[in-house]
Amino acid sequence: MSEPKVQIKNLYKIFGRRPADMVQHIENGMSKPELLDAHGHVLGLNNNNLDIPARGIQVIMGLSGSGKSTLIRHINRLIEPTAGQMIVDGEDVLQMSEATLRDFRRFKASMVFQKFALMPHHTVIENVRYGVDIQGVAAPEAADRAQYWLERVGLKGFEQHYPAQLSGGMQQRVGLARALATDAEILLMDEAFSALDPLIRTDMQNVLLDLQEELHKTIIFITHDLDEALRIGDNIAILRDGKMVQSGNPQDIVLHPADDYVTDFIQDINRARVLQVGTAMTPAKKPCDGPKIPHDTIIEQALQTCVDSHVETATVTKDGKTVGSITMDQMVRAIARPEAVSADDANYR
Amino acid sequence: MASDSIIDWSKLTWIDPPTMGRQDLRDVKKSIDGSFREFTRANGEWIEAIFDPLQSFLVWFEKVMIATPWPLFLIIVAGLAYYGSRSWKLALATVASFLFIGWLDMWEDTMATVAMVSVSTMLCIAFGIPLGVWMSRSDRVQSIVVPILDVMQTIPSFVYLIPVVMLLGIGKAPALIAVMIYAIPPIVRLTNLGIRLVDKDTLEAADAFGASKRERLWGVQIPLALPNIFAGVNQTIMMALAMVVIAAMIGAGGLGTPVLRAVNNQYLALGMFNGLAIVAIAIIFDRVSQAYGKRLQKHREGGHGV
Ligand SMILES: Nc1ncnc2c1ncn2[C@@H]1O[C@H](COP(=O)(O)OP(=O)(O)OP(=O)(O)O)[C@@H](O)[C@H]1O
Ligand SMILES: [Mg+2]
Repeated sequence: MSEPKVQIKNLYKIFGRRPADMVQHIENGMSKPELLDAHGHVLGLNNNNLDIPARGIQVIMGLSGSGKSTLIRHINRLIEPTAGQMIVDGEDVLQMSEATLRDFRRFKASMVFQKFALMPHHTVIENVRYGVDIQGVAAPEAADRAQYWLERVGLKGFEQHYPAQLSGGMQQRVGLARALATDAEILLMDEAFSALDPLIRTDMQNVLLDLQEELHKTIIFITHDLDEALRIGDNIAILRDGKMVQSGNPQDIVLHPADDYVTDFIQDINRARVLQVGTAMTPAKKPCDGPKIPHDTIIEQALQTCVDSHVETATVTKDGKTVGSITMDQMVRAIARPEAVSADDANYR
Repeated sequence: MASDSIIDWSKLTWIDPPTMGRQDLRDVKKSIDGSFREFTRANGEWIEAIFDPLQSFLVWFEKVMIATPWPLFLIIVAGLAYYGSRSWKLALATVASFLFIGWLDMWEDTMATVAMVSVSTMLCIAFGIPLGVWMSRSDRVQSIVVPILDVMQTIPSFVYLIPVVMLLGIGKAPALIAVMIYAIPPIVRLTNLGIRLVDKDTLEAADAFGASKRERLWGVQIPLALPNIFAGVNQTIMMALAMVVIAAMIGAGGLGTPVLRAVNNQYLALGMFNGLAIVAIAIIFDRVSQAYGKRLQKHREGGHGV
């Protein structure tokens, strides 16, 4: 695997008057509530480590107060850490000078916010231009770029509106366009779609996924909604009380929840829509009868295929070659509760 | 101090609170007066020299206003009123008020007052807004400046007229300073408040996109604080107008002077006319600046369509 784009190393954040003195307590195993009771400090992040590969969508999830916003704000250093490193393209953001950091924020990482955070006194087009103008791009080019991204997010015709005149979904499109217009390689999205109602949210997820297919940015996406995480995440990291309890691809998380906290999280998801046939099949070299299904097809789809072609068993392929077979029974078992899946069945990757 | 201890215990009763003693008190007052007089004698000249250009400017401004042919003046005033408020009604009312003022032969005094109020307001803005910005950036500065502003607003104006007159004598410049002491607090306070109230999320967005301190201030903080800053300007104007009569006591001239004369001689009509002229100017300034302030926050209106 190539060098990760963003590396979070031993990152601690403690809120309070003397945070540096508290790190020792945390290292000695003190918990978040204990720290608050005993020393009046709030544990934000507890020794976080995460490698984020380039050009993918890294989801960070966790319950409210688990430190998601705190973590993502360390990547562009809107929050100063108590200890640790944040390496982006080999450079530690947390050691940058003020001027370097400013350039990092202008050119390298842009951000989309939960509450949109648009400039209320600027029109839609001026908002989209905001980051580009700050980059110092000449006015005509800035106008062109802003117009291009505005149209890409489907807001043509709203140039001269003010944010207050738009619906939430439209405002977040402006927020997305503003972030994309700077051409930054890294896109930080803090619960970008959480404030939107479900239909609009799905809509925005599609907008994002479509754009990502073409742009291949390194996206760090915060959410507390597992369905959203599974839908868009190439990788998912789960935070609890400031500590990263599990990180892996969606299949991994669903098949091998690290602890009860994660198990609780995946309780209610639609497993058929997440799990791929590759995780539930029996490895085999020879194709059986029945339709050929790529190994990364989700089970929901595979079941439909089997039903449609009136067969019980399908051949699983990878890159066109046969890698195994799967029965409808196996599929049904896979989508039942976690205990129903034995470790062996799930080992394939 | 004459006695050994500050309180003479033998004279302590439960009727009168302990005092310093008449002799001591007189000495303290004398020494304060003396040292300030000393200070005035030593520094009065250069301090006066600093304010000289201000005085000349004010006199010049007043002369220009008086020398302007009245129709031209009315056109300018109506234009300004319309530009500020976008209301024909207000512009017309302004013209009518000034015509009425002229008809009652208060034109020149009114010009002097308008000049004084405009110049002091501009100076208050020029000093008050930067001070407010500075305060908004530092809790320390805020905690020092706020009590000073409190004192400036509550101390009876007559009290600071004394040192100002001792230092600068009677004239337009000391009058201007007295007006400013009274009128500057609101603009400082509301600039500070306005900037502190700017939405944290919006500011964070500016930071996240790499805005510099200056871009933050001019691009986000000042524009979003503008409605509050404008409320401050409005209050500053009103307070400057409230000082017109008191300022006339130390040489401001204008509409305050006839009012003082009316008080001394019990001229009811004279006092009323000039008082009404002040009210008319106050209402015009107030309505125009408020309407202008309101227009600045057009973007806050929701709903569709532009
Ligand atoms: N400025 C601060 N001062 C003190 N404590 C803070 C501060 N900011 C965050 N915290 C604490 O840090 C913890 C993590 O907060 P954070 O905002 O990162 O959570 P989150 O996962 O983003 O939650 P949500 O889903 O509600 O946005 C919380 O316990 C919070 O109270
Ligand atoms: Mg958050």
